[in-house]
Amino acid sequence: MGSINLENVSKSFGETRVIPPLNLDIEEGEFVVFVGPSGCGKSTLLRLIAGLEDVTTGTIHIDGADVTEVRPARRGLAMVFQSYALYPHMSVRKNIAFPLKMAGMDPGEIDQKVDRAASVLNLTDYLERRPGQLSGGQRQRVAIGRAIVRSPKAFLFDEPLSNLDAALRVNMRLEISELHKNLKTTMIYVTHDQIEAMTMADKIVVLQAGVIEQVGSPMELYRSPANLFVAGFIGSPKMNFIEGAEAAARNAKTIGVRPEHLRLSTDSGTWKGTIGVSEHLGSDTFFHVAAEGIGNLTVRAPGEVELSYGDTVFVTPEPDKVYAFDDKGQVVR
Amino acid sequence: MATDHSRLAGRFMISPAVLLLLGWMIVPLSMTIYFSFLNYNLLSPGMEEFIGLTNYEFFLTDPAFFDALGNTLLLVGGVLVITIIGGVGLALLLDQPMWGQGIVRILVIAPFFVMPTVSALVWKNMFMNPVNGLFAHAAKFMGLEPFDFLAHAPLFSIILIVAWQWLPFATLILLTALQSLDKEQLEAAKMDGARKFRRFYYIVLPHLARAITVVILIQTIFLLSVFAEILVTTNGGPGTASTNITYLVYLQSLLQFDVGSGSAGGIVAVVLANIVAFFLMRMIGKNLEA
Ligand SMILES: Nc1ncnc2c1ncn2[C@@H]1O[C@H](COP(=O)(O)OP(=O)(O)OP(=O)(O)O)[C@@H](O)[C@H]1O
Ligand SMILES: [Mg+2]
Repeated sequence: MGSINLENVSKSFGETRVIPPLNLDIEEGEFVVFVGPSGCGKSTLLRLIAGLEDVTTGTIHIDGADVTEVRPARRGLAMVFQSYALYPHMSVRKNIAFPLKMAGMDPGEIDQKVDRAASVLNLTDYLERRPGQLSGGQRQRVAIGRAIVRSPKAFLFDEPLSNLDAALRVNMRLEISELHKNLKTTMIYVTHDQIEAMTMADKIVVLQAGVIEQVGSPMELYRSPANLFVAGFIGSPKMNFIEGAEAAARNAKTIGVRPEHLRLSTDSGTWKGTIGVSEHLGSDTFFHVAAEGIGNLTVRAPGEVELSYGDTVFVTPEPDKVYAFDDKGQVVR
Repeated sequence: MATDHSRLAGRFMISPAVLLLLGWMIVPLSMTIYFSFLNYNLLSPGMEEFIGLTNYEFFLTDPAFFDALGNTLLLVGGVLVITIIGGVGLALLLDQPMWGQGIVRILVIAPFFVMPTVSALVWKNMFMNPVNGLFAHAAKFMGLEPFDFLAHAPLFSIILIVAWQWLPFATLILLTALQSLDKEQLEAAKMDGARKFRRFYYIVLPHLARAITVVILIQTIFLLSVFAEILVTTNGGPGTASTNITYLVYLQSLLQFDVGSGSAGGIVAVVLANIVAFFLMRMIGKNLEA
């Protein structure tokens, strides 16, 4: 239960085409993350799957059945919105019970299901409160509770963590991953945060301007990005891109090296440069190095490396970790 | 966090305004109360004397009083029902994306700018007139006997006229409330399997509760004192069929130059308004809490 297939799905709002025709297959039980910069059409794609927007062309199948014309509630999907979209005048209990009540389930059974969901999500003490009396994280859990009671074929999350502070975000990230391991239900998760994508996904779909740039597991995307965009988007800090003579020497328009694949040395190396700003994270330090004839490079070094502003250093890329891209931005192997 | 000191200073600062406002209200009120205990008729000046509660007795035992009381409540209730239901309906319509939205919205607000006397005259002469009115023409066109609204259903006609005036107000307030509804809530309800009517009942209506409360409270204040519409259409008649308390006070005091009895009527009206307000706040006041 829970495979989703998009075939030639496209979406235009009036004249503007937000999503050109695309194909995407999501397997049963997968945790799929849509990532991409703001405005690239992630939410739109999710809403097409949910049925909140009509497709302009193409078909959507869920578990093999064509649902292109089926209304949202009948698709058997549950969605968690960025604003949580809780019903403010209902208690937490009523919020979670709402989809069951709409389905006409009998009150006793509803209570049981709500209590079970509440205990899974640590909401038992808050059941009689209104959403306005909850913290951000608790509201988030109520929204998830409202989704899980329906036992949907798949969960759709639209940037569910973007309203939370950093620490809570890390927690909720774990909780959602945990939930996925327990329920084994298909989840589609939209974010523009590549760290969320990398940490949670079984499969990442990288989008840019409505076009799927690459689909793959987090490590596949990290190890073998298909193009400049994916290479720059996945990984933190961002991959260093070098153009000009150095790239031409490798028959490429652009070459890329990740900060963690550059070695620093004070006496010898491939590229000479001076240390600029350094960012100490404790475990790691990121050095911004102005390399002669190359440009600015970010280098990741262990936390104990001590270099100060203006020091002369040599930077050496690990030879098999240099990516080359042609003039269309595609990777050259 | 205000300290005790700054709170004290704050009270001191607003005291002139409070005192002014208090005087503004207290002086007319106490004068009215004072007059209500006098035998004070403008036709016999210089004859004022204290007569205790006689004015009240006179006003309250007037057979017209209970008719007027009933009419007042019917008028307020009728107009509220029409404007709230109509207002919600219109607001829902105007919230739909459509061509010429701006102009339609202005047109909807327009009746609010027409003064009560004028609108009542327009209704009386152009719509409800049994010979020349539009309704009469429509009735004749369909082969029916024209209905003389103001003679046969005076209170209902006035309710209609007043409701027409207040509908824009209700619509406007409810429309702004509707526009502040988070669209994601409606989408969530859609995903949760609620069809159109249930989305309205479970999501939209509770969201509008506060705005509806505001509309009810504000309109009640104004509707308790409807006057011009009655004066220019039915003069409170036939008999007392369309006399409300305000109009009765006018009949008693101004038409008979009896300031004492008019004042007593005014005080009775104030007390009644407060009773209505008390019950209203009891019933719907909790909607105003955050
Ligand atoms: N109802 C609409 N009418 C017209 N254009 C729209 C509509 N909804 C979205 N768009 C456009 O579609 C594009 C994709 O929007 P979408 O909301 O899917 O972006 P997103 O990837 O979710 O961005 P974000 O990360 O900021 O949420 C945007 O350029 C947006 O302006
Ligand atoms: Mg979005």
